Amino acid sequence: MFGAGGGTSSYREIEETDVILLWGSNARETHPIFFHHVLKGIRNGAKLYVIDPRRTSSAQWADTWLGLDVGSDICLANAMAREMIHSGLANEKFIRHATSGFDAYRACVEKYALERAELETGVPAEVIRQTAHAYAKAKRAQICWTLGITEHHNAVDNVLALVNLALLTGHVGRYGSGVNPLRGQNNVQGGGDMGAIPDRLPGFQNVENAELRAKFERAYGAKIDPKRGLHLSEMFEAMERDELTTLYVLGENPIDSEADRHRAVKLISGLEFLVVQDLFYTKTAELAHVILPGSAGWCETEGTVTSSERRVQRVRAAVPLPDDVRDDMEIIYELAKRFGRNWGKPDAQAIWNELRSLSPMHAGMSYKRLEELGGIQWPCYDESHPGELYLHSRLWREPLIGPRAPFSVVEFEPPVDELNEEYPIRLTTGRHLDSYNTGEQSRRFPSPLRRAATLDLSLEDGKRYKVCEGEQVRVSSRRGSVLAPVRFDPGLRPGLAFLAVHFHDEIATNDLTIDAVDPKSGTSEFKATAIRIEKCVENSSGPAPDRG
Amino acid sequence: MSEQLQAPSPLIPVPRAPAPEIPAAAARDELEITIDGKRVKVCEGATILDATKKLGIETPTLCFLETLTPVNVCRVCVVELEGSRTLVPACSRKVEAGMVIRTDSERVRLSRRVVLEFLASSVDVSTAPQLRAYMKRYKARAEKFGPRAATVAQPPKIDNELYVRDYSKCILCYKCVEACGVDAQNTFAIGVAGRGFHAHIATEFEIPLTNSACVYCGNCIGVCPTGALMGKIEYEMRAAGTWDESRQTRTETICPYCGVGCGVTVHAQNGQIVKVSSPIDHSVTQGNLCIKGRFGWQFMQDHE
Amino acid sequence: MDLHLTEDKASPEEEAAVDAALEKLASSPGEATPLGATDGHARSNGLPARSKRHLLLPVLQAIQERLGWISPGALNYASLQLGVPPAEAHGVASFYELFSLTPRPPVVAHVCDDIACMTRGAGALCGDLERKLGPAGSPCVDGKALWQRSSCLGLCERAPAALITAAGETPRERIVAPAKADSISSVVAEAALGRLTAEIDRLDSKVSVPQAGQSQLRLLGRLGQADPASVDDYRRLGGYEALKKALDFGAERVIREVIDSKLLGRGGAAFPAGKKWQAVHAQRNLHRPHYVICNADESEPGTFKDRILMEGDPFAILEGMTIAAFAVGATKGYIYIRGEYPFAARQLEKAIHAARAQSFLGSSILGRGFSFDIAIRRGAGAYICGEETALFNSIEGYRGEPRNKPPFPTQSGLFHEPSVVNNVETLVNVLEIILNGGAAYSRIGTANSSGYRLFCLSGHVVRPGVYEVPFGPTIRDVIEVAGGVGGTGRLQAVLLGGAAGSFVSPKELDTPLTFEGTRAIGATLGSGVVLLFDDSVDLKQILLRIAAFFRSETCGQCVPCRVGTMRQEEALHRLAQRKPLGSNEQESALLKEMAQAMRDASICGLGQTASGAILSAMDRWSLFS
Repeated sequence: MFGAGGGTSSYREIEETDVILLWGSNARETHPIFFHHVLKGIRNGAKLYVIDPRRTSSAQWADTWLGLDVGSDICLANAMAREMIHSGLANEKFIRHATSGFDAYRACVEKYALERAELETGVPAEVIRQTAHAYAKAKRAQICWTLGITEHHNAVDNVLALVNLALLTGHVGRYGSGVNPLRGQNNVQGGGDMGAIPDRLPGFQNVENAELRAKFERAYGAKIDPKRGLHLSEMFEAMERDELTTLYVLGENPIDSEADRHRAVKLISGLEFLVVQDLFYTKTAELAHVILPGSAGWCETEGTVTSSERRVQRVRAAVPLPDDVRDDMEIIYELAKRFGRNWGKPDAQAIWNELRSLSPMHAGMSYKRLEELGGIQWPCYDESHPGELYLHSRLWREPLIGPRAPFSVVEFEPPVDELNEEYPIRLTTGRHLDSYNTGEQSRRFPSPLRRAATLDLSLEDGKRYKVCEGEQVRVSSRRGSVLAPVRFDPGLRPGLAFLAVHFHDEIATNDLTIDAVDPKSGTSEFKATAIRIEKCVENSSGPAPDRG
Repeated sequence: MSEQLQAPSPLIPVPRAPAPEIPAAAARDELEITIDGKRVKVCEGATILDATKKLGIETPTLCFLETLTPVNVCRVCVVELEGSRTLVPACSRKVEAGMVIRTDSERVRLSRRVVLEFLASSVDVSTAPQLRAYMKRYKARAEKFGPRAATVAQPPKIDNELYVRDYSKCILCYKCVEACGVDAQNTFAIGVAGRGFHAHIATEFEIPLTNSACVYCGNCIGVCPTGALMGKIEYEMRAAGTWDESRQTRTETICPYCGVGCGVTVHAQNGQIVKVSSPIDHSVTQGNLCIKGRFGWQFMQDHE
Repeated sequence: MDLHLTEDKASPEEEAAVDAALEKLASSPGEATPLGATDGHARSNGLPARSKRHLLLPVLQAIQERLGWISPGALNYASLQLGVPPAEAHGVASFYELFSLTPRPPVVAHVCDDIACMTRGAGALCGDLERKLGPAGSPCVDGKALWQRSSCLGLCERAPAALITAAGETPRERIVAPAKADSISSVVAEAALGRLTAEIDRLDSKVSVPQAGQSQLRLLGRLGQADPASVDDYRRLGGYEALKKALDFGAERVIREVIDSKLLGRGGAAFPAGKKWQAVHAQRNLHRPHYVICNADESEPGTFKDRILMEGDPFAILEGMTIAAFAVGATKGYIYIRGEYPFAARQLEKAIHAARAQSFLGSSILGRGFSFDIAIRRGAGAYICGEETALFNSIEGYRGEPRNKPPFPTQSGLFHEPSVVNNVETLVNVLEIILNGGAAYSRIGTANSSGYRLFCLSGHVVRPGVYEVPFGPTIRDVIEVAGGVGGTGRLQAVLLGGAAGSFVSPKELDTPLTFEGTRAIGATLGSGVVLLFDDSVDLKQILLRIAAFFRSETCGQCVPCRVGTMRQEEALHRLAQRKPLGSNEQESALLKEMAQAMRDASICGLGQTASGAILSAMDRWSLFS
């Protein structure tokens, strides 16, 4: 959080904590094995609070479910903070010792009285009060979140609002207390570790720091652009301005995964040169000028991945590469050759060792040790270092080590796509237990749980719009319209609808969603779309869904 | 679906701090006990099984698994404890100072042998290598109860595309129920139903899995000691006679789905994945996976 | 928790049955916890599984008694209300004999064909019923009823016996004992027409307690002398004097008296009662709830003494429990009573209400600041639930499977809290101890068997019934008190202690009926069963019935008992049919080997004793040669 980006705690701490706030996450279905650790915590006596617009299967395990309105997270968090401050539950000693910016923060949250929060979030003031007290008074407490926090136009602010709560109570940097984003992909954390972030070099070292850059330049024997790069949304903006004309896509399927599908198709089709490297012939690959058949990292190649608890673990080749498919690493080496650089023979361990020499937080992680210890959690500074179970213990040291952790002033802003009479229903998106993202991997096994793509509604809305289960309805947003069969979900309240993201061939969810982008991270507001639903006059075999 | 999300990054790296403090486990007294004439010291709270392991004594177990609460129902681990009227289960009995234990007395051998004979005379143990090894060790004869001894024979239940339940191979060790329930998955799709010889593992009213609460994590398969629960691919390959563990490789790697970092073991035969499991000692999974991790690898078959 | 339910929905009647049961439980002191509300934006429910599961058994019972079976829809509804996964609820429901998970006629006649009734014509009775109503288990009387064979119903003094249950909006039961095919079928017909009255099967102490009214009786003194529903009657005969005295004594002194009395438990295991109390009392500073449980799951074939105490002197049991609770620091107690005793349960329920009304139960009992209340749990047909740890699981809403010991109940019992479990008769003895002092009590009886004991005389005896003696008399003496050997008058065998006990031969009649006396001849007092067989009885058939009893009553949890009871019955059948595997001697050796493994390796007393009676008979008589 304050320095390197990663969850501060370990899974085993979840088992031994006293209060868990699971915020914007249906971990029961999206991170099932993480949820096993939560369940152990519950069985050990932890209280679970689930903050989610939907009463999900995770929420059904909660002592208390806070069913806030979509996108009102900051309001809820700030109201909790105000309540804690007013009730004398702020950890003043910790705030004085290890944080900065508290006064401004206090002034900011003062505007969020419980009554206002009840109005904006829908959650009863008393429930907010109780949750604030439970979190603040707990000996150990965890906040965990997923895309319910980050797929918003103000994603980073959402995260900062949660981090503020941890700073306010001192629930960070101690065993059993922390703040943890649960990563959605098996190596999204590892990508960050390795510098696949616009402003970072491997090991979260800032590209704009000349000294650090020089270290890498010496090692690489090449100049590094001193300016930060572009994040995903900025790339699309750059395409719009014709500044970005060539794109090399590895293992992503933006045509199906971008929030505004129309725009993604238009911009990617307009590229001068598109290279797609993937396991499958995806929708994006269909537009490519060159397709490079890539390998399955997890079982066809050697390397490492990093998990949500910062655990770096080895992946290994378990099966041979199919004919005509090459190791991703080899493809990149070959490309380098074409650019006039011969890097020699690709060797995962050699690359890793180079990384270790440049990234202090990975320095102690030899392949041998990764194997022996069952993975190591960064930072791991040398070969006698065990890795760190939790981060930021420095904030509790006397005297304080390193910089203070800053409070951030963040204000509540409702979702960009406003509800009105024309678009009265809030559509949010999410994932099913047996499916994964755009479904390229997960739809290829015969899951007995797989349901057809549906628009999930509350029973009350079903009655209001006079539609029955299974009936095809037209779902329209300000950007587009699709047809979808209805399913009733008792976990939804009136005015809230849900679409899974996995079934673009059946329902192109991103025909509806908005690409309002968080300027700080580049993530889009998948979680909050204003829609209306209409009964279809044409029968279900009528005209195909309007896809713009 | 990019979710690279970072707070504004500091220009200067955070300095290295001393290692974080981890609360020490409560100090435990060491207790001394005697097993088969040898003295051994173990921590308070340890079981007799822990103590026998420390001495290198091999104690047979069927219903025991490190990651599950001991149910001590199979009774093959019983040992003789001085002063106890009956034998005691090594897997769950906690040590007390001064215990005198015998693990290989005539009494122990008889009970272990008869228990194995009871099981093998009522259950198809053809895919239970561990149990068969124990039978050999204790010279157990399943046929001694005659050809008309009651069994649990019944047709296998094949009601979904992912795994098969063949309860004619079930020794009722409760492991699957524990893994589906409080010890791991907490889904409770199956329970023990009925009573006595006819007690069995079942969904409510024996409904097919596809109507049940099952989420196909397959953690029950992971703990089944007899092959009563088996992935369908393995089941079909065995039926076709093509399943050959001697020609299989096992490779440890990480699940390709979400970011939890579950350790998986990829079982491959002829360069094709035939099964995925998880190591029981993996710190993240304790041997457990979800439907995607255990069964979601079939995209590799399309990747050609 | 995230429950998954099938599409099956409960009928309005099923919902009503569950709702009514929950309402009743909620209004009973200390039973239920309220459900959280939801308004679509928040829900506080805690973990329902933590708080409601212990209501599962009574809720299933309510469905069974209303509908005659538990349907998938009803099970779903109960699961949802209690937060119990349906697969687990189904596992629990399928554990109990009295529950049906398939449609079944509302009227069921449970006809005992167990060993005591066998000596009194149960075999012929079942034959007659077959001719009159058709085969056991198939619907009769226009599909509105069926009859089935049952294990011991605890009505042995009136054998042969039958219990008729009729499901409906007002469930009814009726006992027919001694039963004839005619009397059973006319009650069944009446029940099928919905005309069974609420009449209670009143204890006829002249029949069941032949000593009733005799002045020397200490445990049975009030039987037949008082209205069992009247606190005033109870007090007129000295009731609640012991409780007052105990409250004056203080907990430590009460425990000392019980220890001094050397009272041993009367349920079968004969553990010193004072030691249990002491062990639980010692944990009073741990701030954990403590429980007192009265084990009234009297299911040992041939045993009926506890039923007679509950039907005839229920306040004595409540008083004994209240003293126990005061001594060990418990505020809550359960009486777990077997499902086949509906009338005893009703008497106790009435007594609890009456006691509460007069401040003998509830908060600040007798205004003395000590609070205690009692809930009743009815079993549903499972012998194993008399095993104390199985009983805990049953109350908690789990399958009645025994737990491994240690930990013992005094450390980790009901809801894994320190618990005292005492048998009905044990608790009634406590009153005597408090009133007259532990030391005085310890001088009654013999050195190692102090106090008074009830014996259940049945089978071929002239006056079957429950008898009270101070410890000391021999088997012969006790038979004499009951009028001597009945039937042919020529005694063949006596079964002591029930199916889990052992047979003794006429040569051993001079053995004192004490703990030490019976131990000396390798027998046991068990639950006080003295069941006589004259020389007309085919003991092989009795052994087969005992083997069948254990095979059908084993919970099935541990291998030696689950498979062993089956293999034991198979071997006995082979011997009875003269088709042994190899020779008779080989079969006997096999039986002994199995018996050793069952005795040594089973989890609980059921498996450990399941071959005891059978081997004791084979040792004494050459039955199969």
